[in-house]
Amino acid sequence: MIRTAWLVLKKDLTVEVRSLEIAYTTLFFAISCVLFFAFALVKEGKAPEDGAAGILWIAIAFGGTLALGRTFERERQSETLRALLMAPAARPAIYVGKLLGIVALLVAAEIVLVPLVAFLFQAPLLSHPFWLSAVLLTGTIGFAAVGTLFSAMLVRARSRDVLLPVLLYPITVPVIIAGVRATAALLQPDVELALVRFWVALLIALDAVFVTLALWTFEPLMTD
Amino acid sequence: MPKWFLPLVAVAAVMFAASPFLIANAPYEATMGLVQKIFYYHLPSAWVFLLSAIVCGIASARFLFGGSPRQDRLAYAAAELTVLFGAIVLVTGPLWARKAWGVWWQWDVRLTSSLMGWMVAWAYLLVRKYGGPGSDKLAAGLALFGMANVPFVYISVNYWRTIHPATSVVPTLPVDMGLALWFAVACFLLLFVLLLRLRVYLEEQRARLDALYLSLDE
Amino acid sequence: MIPLDFEDLTADEVSRHFGRRRALSRISFQTRKGSILGLLGPNGAGKSTMLAVLATLLRPSSGAVRYGTHTAAASGATLRSRIGILGHDLFLYPELTARENLAFFAGLYGAADPQKAADAALEHSGLADRADDPVASFSRGMRQRVALERALIHGPRLVLLDEPFTGLDDASTAALVARLQGLRESDAIVVLATHDLDLAEGLLDTALFLRDGRLAEAVARPDSLRSTYRTIMRRST
Repeated sequence: MIRTAWLVLKKDLTVEVRSLEIAYTTLFFAISCVLFFAFALVKEGKAPEDGAAGILWIAIAFGGTLALGRTFERERQSETLRALLMAPAARPAIYVGKLLGIVALLVAAEIVLVPLVAFLFQAPLLSHPFWLSAVLLTGTIGFAAVGTLFSAMLVRARSRDVLLPVLLYPITVPVIIAGVRATAALLQPDVELALVRFWVALLIALDAVFVTLALWTFEPLMTD
Repeated sequence: MPKWFLPLVAVAAVMFAASPFLIANAPYEATMGLVQKIFYYHLPSAWVFLLSAIVCGIASARFLFGGSPRQDRLAYAAAELTVLFGAIVLVTGPLWARKAWGVWWQWDVRLTSSLMGWMVAWAYLLVRKYGGPGSDKLAAGLALFGMANVPFVYISVNYWRTIHPATSVVPTLPVDMGLALWFAVACFLLLFVLLLRLRVYLEEQRARLDALYLSLDE
Repeated sequence: MIPLDFEDLTADEVSRHFGRRRALSRISFQTRKGSILGLLGPNGAGKSTMLAVLATLLRPSSGAVRYGTHTAAASGATLRSRIGILGHDLFLYPELTARENLAFFAGLYGAADPQKAADAALEHSGLADRADDPVASFSRGMRQRVALERALIHGPRLVLLDEPFTGLDDASTAALVARLQGLRESDAIVVLATHDLDLAEGLLDTALFLRDGRLAEAVARPDSLRSTYRTIMRRST
C-alpha cells in the first residue's frame, strides 16, 4: 500500500517537474491574490490588523483550489484516473499518493508566499519559523485532504469546475479559521504560544478526522 | 402515506396555533423584554436544524456504504429540511440579536459554524441538482464531512467566550419559561418529522416513476 | 494477495441504467479462454458500458458477471490484477516517456522489477528506439502500441479493448491483429468492441450484436459480418 502511494507520488512529481505548469500558474495566481487583496484593503500604506494572516491563507486556499482542479484535469485527460482505479492496488493508497503530491505543491508555493506577504505587509512572519511551519503544514494538509477527495469525486461529474469551490470552502472553513487565527497570533508583538499551540492541536485533530474520513470513503465514492 | 400522517398534521396545526398563547403567558425576561420571546422559536428550530443535519449525515453514510436508495432519499429530504430550518434560525437569530446585542450579526464561532453548516446543506442541494450522474454519491460524501462539523458547532460555545449565551443557560430556566420552550420544541420536532415524511414520499414517487420508465423499455 | 485465475467469463442478465436511461438490458453470454469475442453495434449501443462492467469499473444494476467462479464484489483488487483494459482514451500520461509510463503501471500492478518489465514491453511493441521520448510526441498509432503494452504488461487473463482500431494505419492495424491472435494462442480471453466490421471478420470467434443496450444477435464463427449487421439493424427497428 505504501509502495502504491509512493509510486503515485513519484509519478505526479515527475509529471509536474517536466512542465512545471501547475506550479507556476498556481504560484502566479496566489501572488495575484495577495496583490489584489493588498490593493483592496491597504489604507495609507498599512494593511488592516491581522490582514497579513488572512491574506496569506486566502491566497493558499484559492491557489490550492486551482492546483487541485488542474491536477485532476490532467488525470481526466486520458482517463488515467480510471487506469489507476483498475490497478489491483488498494484505492486509498492512490488517494494518499495524490494528497502528498498536492501538499508538496502547496508547500512549495507557501515557501514563496510567506516571504512575499511578510515583505509587502511588514509582518514579522518569519519570527517563529518552527511554529509558522507547523501551522502552515497542518492547515495545508487539512485543506488538501478534503480537496483531494472532492476533486477526485468530481472528475466524472458535470459542472466540476464550479462545484469544487462550492463543496470545498464550507467544509474547510474551520481549517482556514484555525490557520488564520494561529498565524495572526504569531504576528502579535508578544506571541502567546499557548494560544498558537491550541490552534495547532485543533488543526492536527481536524487533519486526523478529515484524512481518516477520506480514506474511509474514497473507495465507495470512486466506484460506480 | 402512512395512516398516522394526517392525524398528526392536525395535531401539529393545533399545537402551533396554541404555542403563541403559551409563549405570551411565559414570564418576561428581565433584560430583554418582549423580544426575548423569539427565543421560543429560535432555539427549537436550531435544535431541529442540527438534528436534520445529523439525520442527513447518518443516512448519507448508510447510503454510501450500503447502497440503499431509501437512505439516499432520506438524506436528500433531510438536507432540504436542514436548509429550511437553518433559514428560520438565521432569520430569527439576527432579529433577536439586533434588539438584544445591538448588532445584526457577530462573527463568533457558533454563528459562523451554523452559517457554515447551512452552506454545506446548500452545497448538498446544488450538487444533487447540477452534478449530473453519480451526484447522489458525491452529495453523500459531502454530507459526511458536513456532519463531522456538527459537534464542532456545539462544543465551540463552551470553549470560547462569545457574546452568544452559553449552552448552560437552558437547564437553569424558570419552570414557566420551560413549559413554553419545551412545548415549542415538541411543535418543531413534530413539524420536522411530518415534513421529512412528506418529502421522502415525494422522492419515493419519483423513484417509482423512474422504475416505470425503465420497465417501459423492456 | 492470493493469485487468482479463471478460464471462462460469464455475463448473466447484466443490466445497467443511469437514472431513466437504460444502457444495458439483460445481456447474457459466455466465452472461454483462447477466444476473441466481439461487441459490435452502432454508437450508443452499450459497448463501452458493457466493457466497463466487465472491467469491474461499473457495477451492474442487476445481473452478474462471473470470472470463472469469482465475482467482482467478492474478489475486487485480486481480480483486477488479471484484467487488462485498453480504453478509447488510451490511459497514458502524455508528459511521461513511454518507458516511464510502462514502468509506472508495471510497478502499480506489483511487478517485481518494473524497469525490466517496461523494457520487455518496449521490445514487444517495437518502440524501443523511442522509449525515452514523451508520449505526447507520438503519433496515434504509436501511442496505441504503447497503450496496448501498458494494458498487457501484467499478463492479464482477460483483455478488454474499446475501439482499438480507430485511427490506425494499415501497418499498425496488421500489427494489432497479429498481437490479438497471439493473445488468443496464449489462452487469454479477449473482448473487443469495434465498429470496423471488415477487420473483425477474420478475427472474431464470436460476435455479439448490441443495439440500444440489448443483445440483438450472437453469432459464432461469423463470416459475413457486414450483411448480418445490416439485417439485424433493419430488423430491430
